[in-house]
Amino acid sequence: MVKHFEFDSIVVGGGGAGLRTSMQLAAAGERVAVISKVFPTRSHTVAAQGGIAAALANVSDDKWLWHMYDTIKGSDYLGDQDAIEHMCKNAAAAIYELEHMGMPFDRNTDGRIYQRPFGGMTKNFGESSISRTCAVADRTGHAMLHTLYQKNIELKTKFFIEWIGLDLIRDEDGDVLGLIALELQTGDLGIFHAKNTIFATGGAGRIFQASTNAFINTGDGLGMAARANISLEDMEFWQFHPTGILGAGVLVTEGVRGEGGYLINSNRERFMERYAPSAKDLASRDVVSRAITQEVIDGRGVGPNKDGVYLTLSHLGEELINEKLPGIREISIKFANVDPVKDPVPVVPTVHYMMGGIPTTLNGQVRDGVSQKEVNGFYAVGECACVSVHGANRLGSNSLLDLIVFGKAAGQHILDSSKNKKLKKLPKDVTKKTIDRLKKIDSKSSLENPREVGEELRATMQKHCGVFRFPQLLDEGLVKVNELKRRIRNLSIQDNSKVFNTARTEALELQNLIEVALATIASAKNREESRGAHSRADFPKRDDKSWLQHSLYNPKDGSLAYRPVKMKPLSVKSFPLKERVY
Amino acid sequence: MKISIYRFNPDTDKKPYNKVYDVKRTESDTMLLDLLIKIKATDDSLSMRMSCREGVCGSDAMNINGKNGLACVTKIDELKKPIVIRPVPGLPVIRDLVVDMKQFFKHYDSIDPYLKSKKKPPIKERLQSQEDRKKLDGLYECILCGACTTACPSFWWKPDKFVGPAGLLQAYRFLVDSRDDAREERLDNLDDPDRLYRCHNIMNCADVCPKGLSPSKAIAGIKKMQIATKKPKFKTIKKIFHVQESKK
Ligand SMILES: Cc1cc2nc3c(=O)[nH]c(=O)nc-3n(C[C@H](O)[C@H](O)[C@H](O)COP(=O)(O)OP(=O)(O)OC[C@H]3O[C@@H](n4cnc5c(N)ncnc54)[C@H](O)[C@@H]3O)c2cc1C
Ligand code: SF4
Ligand code: FES
Repeated sequence: MVKHFEFDSIVVGGGGAGLRTSMQLAAAGERVAVISKVFPTRSHTVAAQGGIAAALANVSDDKWLWHMYDTIKGSDYLGDQDAIEHMCKNAAAAIYELEHMGMPFDRNTDGRIYQRPFGGMTKNFGESSISRTCAVADRTGHAMLHTLYQKNIELKTKFFIEWIGLDLIRDEDGDVLGLIALELQTGDLGIFHAKNTIFATGGAGRIFQASTNAFINTGDGLGMAARANISLEDMEFWQFHPTGILGAGVLVTEGVRGEGGYLINSNRERFMERYAPSAKDLASRDVVSRAITQEVIDGRGVGPNKDGVYLTLSHLGEELINEKLPGIREISIKFANVDPVKDPVPVVPTVHYMMGGIPTTLNGQVRDGVSQKEVNGFYAVGECACVSVHGANRLGSNSLLDLIVFGKAAGQHILDSSKNKKLKKLPKDVTKKTIDRLKKIDSKSSLENPREVGEELRATMQKHCGVFRFPQLLDEGLVKVNELKRRIRNLSIQDNSKVFNTARTEALELQNLIEVALATIASAKNREESRGAHSRADFPKRDDKSWLQHSLYNPKDGSLAYRPVKMKPLSVKSFPLKERVY
Repeated sequence: MKISIYRFNPDTDKKPYNKVYDVKRTESDTMLLDLLIKIKATDDSLSMRMSCREGVCGSDAMNINGKNGLACVTKIDELKKPIVIRPVPGLPVIRDLVVDMKQFFKHYDSIDPYLKSKKKPPIKERLQSQEDRKKLDGLYECILCGACTTACPSFWWKPDKFVGPAGLLQAYRFLVDSRDDAREERLDNLDDPDRLYRCHNIMNCADVCPKGLSPSKAIAGIKKMQIATKKPKFKTIKKIFHVQESKK
């Protein structure tokens, strides 16, 4: 059965970005629906721990311009300065708005919002570390997501929960007219016909084996965009978080180091002092992850296989740990069998965040292809989008900010620009391709098992496209991933029933993951320099002459095009290129 | 290692049944969820919800050896063998371990789970003292997993009427927020023999909550507020409540 729905706008994704967008639209009385494959508060925003950045100056003097500088430097100058200005300038208002909605921020003694230091966040253009990251203990994402969901309940936003989007609807003119989705509970298809489609589908960290990401982070938005021939930007840039729990992958927030925790190697040495003499443990994530990897390579790792290092925080004392890092204590006891009040936690760089994504303007409109022309009716916000504020490396606590600033911007742009917009007619046979794909998965005609192929894909990406990247491994990796893509076209599942068929869901997700993996490794292979999180053994230096450019991966033929970085901010002077030292 | 799992697929099964799986446990399998994933790799028809695998998203509440909990943070070592898994009780089963949570969320919506402030907020943040902020601890952390509500006999008895521990915990979270101005209205909304006073302090909720929260304490708090701020409409209920209080 195919159900049919019509809306002014549909938001695909009920995480922080999606809910901030829908809130903007619902508050204005727009006919908006949020479609989410999980209940909104199960979205991965819920797992964000450390906090959300804004120059509130609640602890010490602070300016959004300093935040802007830090973000540009953190991005290794690949972030677009206009987008970064927009984000940092609007950060404080966005945080106050969350507080007004009821978000239970921690407080300073004067009753203002509590802020903690985070990696790369500094005072006066790099002088020293600053407390800029607003926090709710180590559960900031949880508090933010629940608050946004609650606001949407108040606004009576319409939700389609446990519906998974499968394909974009795009007509001959290239305009986006909505989405084809599958209702998990019934197995029915739905056509969501809308004037505006907003993707807020989150990250895709599940292309790697060791990941801090949830099972649902499978890059569905990118997969759908790629199948609709929309190019993907800067996909070689993946952030490895320095402190995932060794073996389990579960994240330990940078807030631990913000509160005074530090890393040690097997000699009990505070090795970050060697790699980043000034910022030490609070250097940017790419820097810390490389340092850890180097320590392990040099034989100073810890753990049974000597492949991690220790994060020690017992010196902070039980009281502070219980008050500011209670979730971390809980996680460490559960997943590392270690009580951080007494012992150090074994950690390892673990894939965490996708800096690239679906290219967009400052208003969230999707830009397509080499021309970078806006796609009519199509928006993307949050981790699935690339505006680009994070460039080659995201600073911790800038992502939650990105969600709400650009979620609002996209919502507002829709309100401002699509008043008189009419619903275009749907193309003929709009569901055909999707139904064919579903039939194939059900057909049992081939023997490709999604679990096996998925494991192979994750292992391949881990080996061929990790913290350090080697030319030969990249070449081989690309061949392997292409081969896996052929196999993934022929996935087949044993269970063909309709009701809540999670085997089908996993197969469909894998068909998205492969698009993301391919874009990642192809873009990584092509970029012959080291910048931010992309570190090439054969090109160890940043090369601004040739590579101060964003990658645009064309999913149609796997080719790459480039567009220059926007060095001109909106209102302030440009921050010139500098060598990046911490 | 043997695990018995409740199975029911409305497409193919007339009746639910229990299927016993024999899985080989390896060193890296620490949590129950690890084993369930392994089982699903051999039998892809097994359905359950899961996402974060670290106890923050609330997807994988299930009944484990007779007690509700999250599979992703339940250590295999701490479970009696053979392990017996069922969906959480008290809600309709959609399939296998997946239950229909609509009723649960309806109650959540019914307590108006959002801040109501009548004053125009300042340009910056509203001030809140550390003390007032502390009052929200033990309340705001709820992940809406439903383990508590579906472990509550009062909820099984009146699932359409009793708000249940999770909903009431959130009601209390807003009642004690110094920034909220709707205390009267919120208390009125709950001043009902079924919505609030169905709670008979059985305490299953606090016993199962994977986040260590105590809905039952919150409910007692609401009842106290009802008495302190005004006369409850339901005099008899007031009496029952007093009896319970004095029994403790
Ligand atoms: C463990 C962890 C800790 C983090 N901590 C921080 C932090 O402290 N500070 C910070 O700034 N950032 C942090 N981050 C990063 C940040 O949390 C994420 O980048 C951000 O939450 C992503 O939000 P989102 O709204 O884009 O997507 P998500 O919250 O991931 O939501 C995606 C939504 O899309 C839906 N969806 C996906 N595919 C489909 C589909 N096919 N059909 C329908 N719906 C779909 C999902 O159901 C979900 O609702 C952290 C990340 C991780 C992994
Ligand atoms: S109170 Fe505890 S058990 Fe109940 S829904 Fe919230 S987290 Fe789950
Ligand atoms: S999978 Fe998220 S709580 Fe268990």
